[in-house]
Amino acid sequence: SFQIKKLVYVYLMRYAEEQQDLALLSISTFQRALKDPNQLIRASALRVLSSIRVPIIVPIMMPSDLSPYVRKNAAHAIQKLYSLDPEQKEMLIEVIEKLLKDRSTLVAGSVVMAFEEVCPDRIDLIHKNYRKLCNLLVDVEEWGQVVIIHMLTRYARTQFVSPWKDDAVVEEYNENNFYESDEEEKEKDQKVKNTYTMDPDHRLLLRNTKPLLQSRNAAVVMAVAQLYWHLAPKSEAGIVSKSLVRLLHSNREVQYIVLQNIATMSIQRKGMFEPYLKSFYVRSTDPTMIKTLKLEILTNLANEANISTLLREFQTYVKSQDKQFAAATIQAIGRCATNITEVTDTCLNGLVCLLSNRDEIVVAESVVVIKKLLQTQPAQHGEIIKHMAKLLDNITVPVARASILWLIGEYCERVPKIAPDVLRKTAKSFTNEDDLVKLQILNLGAKLYLTNSKQTKLLTQYVLNLGKYDQSYDIRDRTRFIRQLIVPNEKSGALSKYAKKIFLAQKPAPLLESPFKDRDHFQLGTLSHTLNSRATGYLELSDWPEVAPDPSVRNVDVAESAKEWTGILGKPKKEKPTEKFYSESEEEENESSSTSASVVFISESESGSESEKENKVEGSSDESSGSSSSSEESSDNESDSKESTAKERYRAADESDSEDIKQKAKGISKKRSTSSSSDTESTSSEESSSDSKSESDSKSESGKSRSATFSKKEEKPVQDRKAPNKQDVFLLDLDDFCPVTTPVAVPTPAVLSPSLTADLEGLSLSSSSVIDVS
Amino acid sequence: MIHSLFLINCSGDIFLEKHWKSVVSQSVCDYFFEAQEKAIDVENVPPVISTPHHYLISIYRDKIFFVSVIQTEVPPLFVIEFLHRVADTFQDYFGECSETAIKDNVVIVYELLEEMLDNGFPLATESNILKELIKPPTILRSVVNSITGSSNVGDTLPTGQLSNIPWRRAGVKYTNNEAYFDVIEEIDAIIDKSDTKIFNLIFNSVEESDNFCVSVASVKKFHLPLCCYLQNPRLLDDVSFHPCIRFKRWESERVLSFIPPDGNFRLISYRVSSQNLVAIPVYVKHMISFKENSSSGRFDVTIGPKQNMGKTVEGVVMTVHMPKAVLNMNLTATQGSYTFDPVTKVLTWDVGKITPQKLPNLKGIVNLQSGAPKPEENPSLNIQFKIQQLAISGLKVNRLDMYGEKYKPFKGVKYITKAGKFQVRT
Repeated sequence: SFQIKKLVYVYLMRYAEEQQDLALLSISTFQRALKDPNQLIRASALRVLSSIRVPIIVPIMMPSDLSPYVRKNAAHAIQKLYSLDPEQKEMLIEVIEKLLKDRSTLVAGSVVMAFEEVCPDRIDLIHKNYRKLCNLLVDVEEWGQVVIIHMLTRYARTQFVSPWKDDAVVEEYNENNFYESDEEEKEKDQKVKNTYTMDPDHRLLLRNTKPLLQSRNAAVVMAVAQLYWHLAPKSEAGIVSKSLVRLLHSNREVQYIVLQNIATMSIQRKGMFEPYLKSFYVRSTDPTMIKTLKLEILTNLANEANISTLLREFQTYVKSQDKQFAAATIQAIGRCATNITEVTDTCLNGLVCLLSNRDEIVVAESVVVIKKLLQTQPAQHGEIIKHMAKLLDNITVPVARASILWLIGEYCERVPKIAPDVLRKTAKSFTNEDDLVKLQILNLGAKLYLTNSKQTKLLTQYVLNLGKYDQSYDIRDRTRFIRQLIVPNEKSGALSKYAKKIFLAQKPAPLLESPFKDRDHFQLGTLSHTLNSRATGYLELSDWPEVAPDPSVRNVDVAESAKEWTGILGKPKKEKPTEKFYSESEEEENESSSTSASVVFISESESGSESEKENKVEGSSDESSGSSSSSEESSDNESDSKESTAKERYRAADESDSEDIKQKAKGISKKRSTSSSSDTESTSSEESSSDSKSESDSKSESGKSRSATFSKKEEKPVQDRKAPNKQDVFLLDLDDFCPVTTPVAVPTPAVLSPSLTADLEGLSLSSSSVIDVS
Repeated sequence: MIHSLFLINCSGDIFLEKHWKSVVSQSVCDYFFEAQEKAIDVENVPPVISTPHHYLISIYRDKIFFVSVIQTEVPPLFVIEFLHRVADTFQDYFGECSETAIKDNVVIVYELLEEMLDNGFPLATESNILKELIKPPTILRSVVNSITGSSNVGDTLPTGQLSNIPWRRAGVKYTNNEAYFDVIEEIDAIIDKSDTKIFNLIFNSVEESDNFCVSVASVKKFHLPLCCYLQNPRLLDDVSFHPCIRFKRWESERVLSFIPPDGNFRLISYRVSSQNLVAIPVYVKHMISFKENSSSGRFDVTIGPKQNMGKTVEGVVMTVHMPKAVLNMNLTATQGSYTFDPVTKVLTWDVGKITPQKLPNLKGIVNLQSGAPKPEENPSLNIQFKIQQLAISGLKVNRLDMYGEKYKPFKGVKYITKAGKFQVRT
């Protein structure tokens, strides 16, 4: 029974590795199970067989099965086999290639996964399947979607031209305004004029992924977001922000990852998330890591318009019980202050107020930030420095003390009275200070010695002596260095002249940057991005190519392209949910022998053969095409005028798009008009697309494409994205039924009304007469 | 993709491990414990940890850490989402996702994990399919199993997995057709000191629980589609759907049409943005102050209902994380009961129903540690409440159509408004 089988399978998977000999005994049983009529048993047998990590079994695996479920498991098996025996790679790639052509939504996700694992660089395998994957994407199960979207992102980056070019050029243009030369300008103008047109395939990808933003699976939403971020024109990328903000309502782990990605995005394109500023306000119950990320985003989003509200919000955060977060807030304020010059003074004042805070960490952090701010703003801030000098007595955090000392030293000329006093105080406590502080005391001494040697000569020498016998190498070293530099003695003449210049040179202000600045070179949503380091197996997202590679590689061979087009063009105007809700192609495939389906197929194949003849008609005379189309209509179950016009349109589109194909097909069909049915037969049983370029093949394919248009009419309510899938099914069965479609012997389908059947017969007769004429 | 999974409880014991590829030693979890130690509380454990050879992605659910081991690049959300799905499945099967429940049903857990992942790639995550493969435990079945020695592995084949609509089992039949819609709206808000509403977003989810009959022999041939018409769907700012909803029809007509899965599921989640101003149904008057240089403070909070269309506000619970300096609280509540945990410093006040005539009030004295400085920040109040029969956004389920069946199925719609992350700053 299935139940026991299942348990045995589970057992085997667990212990096969430890007892390989015993596991081998079971293989023959599985081989038998692989031929089981039940697809589920076949599938699980395949699964177990591939999970038994016994290298000998590799040759047994050859996935070609009628059931998509089994094929899905075969795709999983590929990965297992690859990890088992990498030498089989070539063979496995062949299998992947075959499975990639599969039109079932079940298979797509798994096979792309296998592709990513085994041969992610073989991008040429994707070309032919690109459009199909795009069209199927919505129906693939959600885990598969994530994998496919990531793969397609990489693919698109190599195959399409950058849609950002316009923006980039414009930006460049603005930047270059300062030192423009006439020539340059002209060049730029030309570039701007040369507007970018998006490859239709690129557009197809963007269009088909958009609905997935509504997925319930956060991973899918994130995948689409990164796709839009990396591929869409800048003006369109904004649509993802709404969905990302929605994800923030989710649990903390999802929030964490999403916020990280938003942080990276918000650095580059502020505008995307500005409308959602308030969604990033911090709650006191958030975990610290979420809080800091939100803060990061808020800081990135700060601009002149919202800075006042933001600062008020920050005031609340500073008081937070979570001191780590409070410290981060102070840094954020510092960054806002440097980025937005209007508020620098306000921020500084606020920070100075914080200096009287009772919490040491807060004070220390604000001292450090103030130091940085003052450095960027070398204006008159004597008052603040004086205030900080007073604080020195109370602050014990080394970093903060060091910062204050450095500030006083740097701007000692602005506070000539206080500075020596500070040195006096610190000299007293020198031995008890932290190394960091000691160094700064030495620095301060040196600077004062240079500017105000009268008052501080003795003090400095005292400090230097203390430093000379310090325990730390660093400090002894620094002491020696400073002494040589500043204290004039006979040996060191050359350098000491420049001592003042060395010590009191203009220092470049530190840049207050976001820690997320450097993350953008990783693809968003990846593990590497989260860790900010390359994870094993990370695949670099390539830059846009200068010139797009030949887009025609994506054109699928004759028949398939024709089908594609009918699929795209044949959008149902009106859906009739009552008749068919979801495409049932899968089921129909499974039970192709059921009567109702066969009825459809028969009429289908009928029309297919008709269309071939029609081709000839068109070839011979233009007028007769009209009549033939009307006769087609009679074969249709619902023949209303609207449909016929739609049909005409399909045909027209079909013709325009694959005209050459048709020409060829026509020629062939003329040549071999009599043996049409036998020809089609010859290509039967080939399930996936036919690669063989034989004449008969292309001919039957022209018939197929025709029948595809017909099927479109019949299956009106079917969603368009299903179309290729659908046609595949018909093709299959069309082939099976082809022998029946000899003009006279039409088996009368039960569903068709008698009059219609009569029509059909009449039609086939008339068409055969046409053949005679031609 | 996912290499191994470890389940770790709060005290740091690995009580379950499962490997999909080769076996990874337990010692890899040491890195996780290290990170856990570094983090002050469980909430702060980073979800992604990098170790020399592996990457650990973890989630924390119901006092259990689900730690998965990854070896190569993978979208972290993929793993996180999957782990949550695993936890959801356990919840679904055992009623709770606790350590004891998992230990009691360890066989089923292993079977589930085996089915959910194949070689690290998700295979079947839809609860409908899983339930067909592995029957959830019931008391009767466990008794029978222990006598007969059979297991919970289902003997039917999961046909649903083969169809295009994996969320629905084949051939479900019921004598009654019933569809229940629960419209649950949650209000996320931060209310600032000055009682200005900083922002309020409404996150909602329509959850549907239905019990639906398919009287036709095979689902393959015939689906019973449902169409759900919503009143003023334009309100919805952003939506996310269960995969059963047909997106095309939503886009064109704003109609939810779908073939429902069997059982409870979340049909649609939506967000109403703060632009559509929605009144917050409760207000809070608070007076919390700590006196300088004395070891006491005052605490006085009143909760009252705002206009809410005549509906009563129920299930009101207020939790406050008091500052560390607080030693004890001596309060009197006019309604409900309060508890204060001196270790975690969490004050919980279970109010219950609010009657507008007599507003609930909690008042008293806060004892601070002597000598400790006065806390500079007043704690913020987290409030939970529930309003039955009201969807605050104004969303309504207008009509439910069923196709392919002549009689009218029973259907019910329930509206609930809840507080989501509702915080009042003081």
